[in-house]
Amino acid sequence: MAIEEKDVRRRKASGLAVGQGLIKGLGVTLKHLLRPAVTQQYPKEKPDLPPRTRGVIALKEANCTVCWKCSRECPDWCIYIEAHKETHDPASGGRARPVKVLDRFAIDYALCMYCGICVEVCPFDALFWSPEFEYTTFDIVELTHEKEKLEEWTYTVPPPPPLERGAQEGAGG
Amino acid sequence: MIGQAGVSIFNEWFSNYWLVLVVKAGVVLGFFLVAPMVVGYAEHKVLAHMQSRLGPMYPGVFHGWAQLVADGVKFIQKEDVIPRAADPWVFSLAPAVALIPYIVVFVVIPFSPQIFALNLDVGIFFVLAMSSVNVIGVLMAGWSSANKFSLIGALRAAAQLIAYELPLVLAAASIVMQAGTLSLIGITEAQDGYWFVLTQPVGFAIFVVASLAELTRPPFDMPVADSEIIFGAYTEYTGLKFAFFLLAEYGGIVALSAIASVLYLGGYRALPGLGFIPEPLWMAAKIGALSFFVIWLRATYPRLREDQLQQFSWLALIPVALVQIIVVGLVKVAVS
Repeated sequence: MAIEEKDVRRRKASGLAVGQGLIKGLGVTLKHLLRPAVTQQYPKEKPDLPPRTRGVIALKEANCTVCWKCSRECPDWCIYIEAHKETHDPASGGRARPVKVLDRFAIDYALCMYCGICVEVCPFDALFWSPEFEYTTFDIVELTHEKEKLEEWTYTVPPPPPLERGAQEGAGG
Repeated sequence: MIGQAGVSIFNEWFSNYWLVLVVKAGVVLGFFLVAPMVVGYAEHKVLAHMQSRLGPMYPGVFHGWAQLVADGVKFIQKEDVIPRAADPWVFSLAPAVALIPYIVVFVVIPFSPQIFALNLDVGIFFVLAMSSVNVIGVLMAGWSSANKFSLIGALRAAAQLIAYELPLVLAAASIVMQAGTLSLIGITEAQDGYWFVLTQPVGFAIFVVASLAELTRPPFDMPVADSEIIFGAYTEYTGLKFAFFLLAEYGGIVALSAIASVLYLGGYRALPGLGFIPEPLWMAAKIGALSFFVIWLRATYPRLREDQLQQFSWLALIPVALVQIIVVGLVKVAVS
């Protein structure tokens, strides 16, 4: 392969003398060698995760109205919802009301791809991201978690971030 | 350690010829099996920390010191695959041809005026010849693998050796001219009062760069450029044979660091005022420092392009090395 004029790198007018960049590079690696490593040795010590880490999806059952939006929007159909209808007597006068009662809410984390669409689409704040991430199992079947377990995870959900400066309390949609 | 320089300590301890032979072979082999392991482990840890990582932490409990032992056990368990199209004899022989020359180099490396296996009159000639035999193993590996990546890698290694052996030998020749002897012990003893790195700093730089290229270490690792040709000549190798090639690489680092220490850094000689530290420790420290430098360069620099590599040797290193020889010759004549 012939070496052409365009292949020959000309020194840019950067103010660096020839070889000074090489020395600087050695300095950078040496500096990092002398600095403590940033590695967190996970099983021995808990990792220092960002507060809003997407670890697992938690369900606040009391907020769920069984609208099936999450299960229909889920790209890989990993949410199982079963419900039945009950007719509740009115508290004071009027006719009886039909009420949807949640029987089963399960997420198959073997299928879930952690896209978070269900959390986004939930109209009543029943689904939350929790930073909890240690729920591996020895059997893939056990990765389908029922609503009792999903409810437990709501206690690990961090409080919402503070409002931005100038934002109005309760104005969000 | 009583005795005169140039008489091996092993010859003083044992008188039987065969016993001395066996002891020397055992010591050289033992050193060869331990030192590259230490350098390999150092590479794990130094590279990791230069990238703000920790490196191996589990094997051997304390900072993963037994990582390479674990690696060795793993390599032994692997299946020994020989590709169907490969030439089985050449393919199997190649790791040995790559490895053994570096073991032989340590026969003549002196660790003190008495601690060495053999004091060859043509020591420097011998070590430089031996350290270039390695590439024949690489060439055998690449040719016999019946794999285009292996072949390209092997030919790159051969081309690199031809290009960089020349400045290496020319730089060493300047040292030989100044010392007036080819014996490694003689060269070390000639560095009385000052190390040759002070009189020939340019030669030292040429020697180190050419050594890196000869070892195919970054930034001169095109023969194993993984983004272009997988792992060069070693692509088809598995298990112990692959481990032998790795051992040869680290053995080569130790060998060429040792040669550079002897030629330029005064070998086993102490720094002035620090003579109370035993001589073998000085030699080990110098080998360690140069090995660290090799690892440091790997962490810092990207790989050169193949044509840049050849250009650098033929247009920069070799002319400078030739000029150095002329200057050393003139000074030598002027002084005498």
